[in-house]
Amino acid sequence: MVTVEQVWDAFGEIPDPEIPVVSLVDLGVIRSVDVENGHVRVEFTPTFLGCPALEVMKRALEEKVAGLGAEPNVQVIQDDSWSTDKITPAGREKLRAAGFAPPAPREAGAPTLVQLRVNVHRCPYCNSTATKLENIFGPTPCRSLRYCESCRQPFEQFKTI
Amino acid sequence: MNELLLGLADDELVIGWRDSEWTGIAPMLEEDVAFSSIAQNEIGHARAVYELLAEDADALAFDRPLDAYRCAPLVELRLLDWAHAIARRWLYEVADEIRIAALMEDDDARVAGLAAKINREEAYHRMHAEMWRERLADTPQFRAAVEDLWPYAAGMLPAKQREALAARAHRSLPSDKLLLGKERGGHTEQLAELWDEMTMVRHSAPAGAQW
Repeated sequence: MVTVEQVWDAFGEIPDPEIPVVSLVDLGVIRSVDVENGHVRVEFTPTFLGCPALEVMKRALEEKVAGLGAEPNVQVIQDDSWSTDKITPAGREKLRAAGFAPPAPREAGAPTLVQLRVNVHRCPYCNSTATKLENIFGPTPCRSLRYCESCRQPFEQFKTI
Repeated sequence: MNELLLGLADDELVIGWRDSEWTGIAPMLEEDVAFSSIAQNEIGHARAVYELLAEDADALAFDRPLDAYRCAPLVELRLLDWAHAIARRWLYEVADEIRIAALMEDDDARVAGLAAKINREEAYHRMHAEMWRERLADTPQFRAAVEDLWPYAAGMLPAKQREALAARAHRSLPSDKLLLGKERGGHTEQLAELWDEMTMVRHSAPAGAQW
């Protein structure tokens, strides 16, 4: 009989479809796993609602559960319970190592342009804080574009939501 | 069917289509990226709200007759110059923030939770719109565009929310005459053309096609 731990371990092997250096567990998008009589109920929280990877993630979760010989029931929870603060410390480190600056911690209230322009955002390549916002938007909904004035490298910054 | 939520979803779907029209032709590459990303988010919000309202989000989005859409005329307009495109983005986000804030207090926890999630993403759209508003504020083109679109923006919200919108946009409420044909409930001719385009694939595919 499959256990909750086995399910979590299996989910830790599912790469994010767009940033495959991190797993779905690293991203913190799996809110809960419950196992009962061979049925596995998973609560999954989307990152950005318009993320085209959502369906791929959901299917990957279902396939992993089926691969363990259990019946999957993946519920997509569309509320405000996921934020970039749910990305695990290991996940943040993997993002940084791959050249994605991890998100700044969420502050009270919605993020503002002033925070993006003024707060310290480190370059993931040289660790300099001399970076500037190039574009609020990037190649996927979850990323912004910044530029490091020390090593002259453009880089992608995970948006804080 | 909750008309308020349907209006929100239809607005987000249609403005997402309109925003996506700038992909590849915006005045600078950064804005190709920004408008594409914003469009993707808006359509994602539409899908999430349709999913709250119906079993099949695509059927609700694409299988209704035109007069069953609840989008506001503001989002339907095909705007081909940058000043108008930015003026609409800015006015839309100011109005949308008021509507979303109200939905975050909704008695239905699913509605309130989804509104809170949408609000977090919209914060970035607001920053983008505000940044451009500051940049264009002193240009005659932008001032004229805001003048043109302001009655449409007021017409997007129910009467009780319009005072708040006027205060935030630093404008006075438009007269009834100016509002004529620009309020939610009516549609512009441009919606029909957009709808044909938007539903083209849906209508050309055999029923039950799997993608």
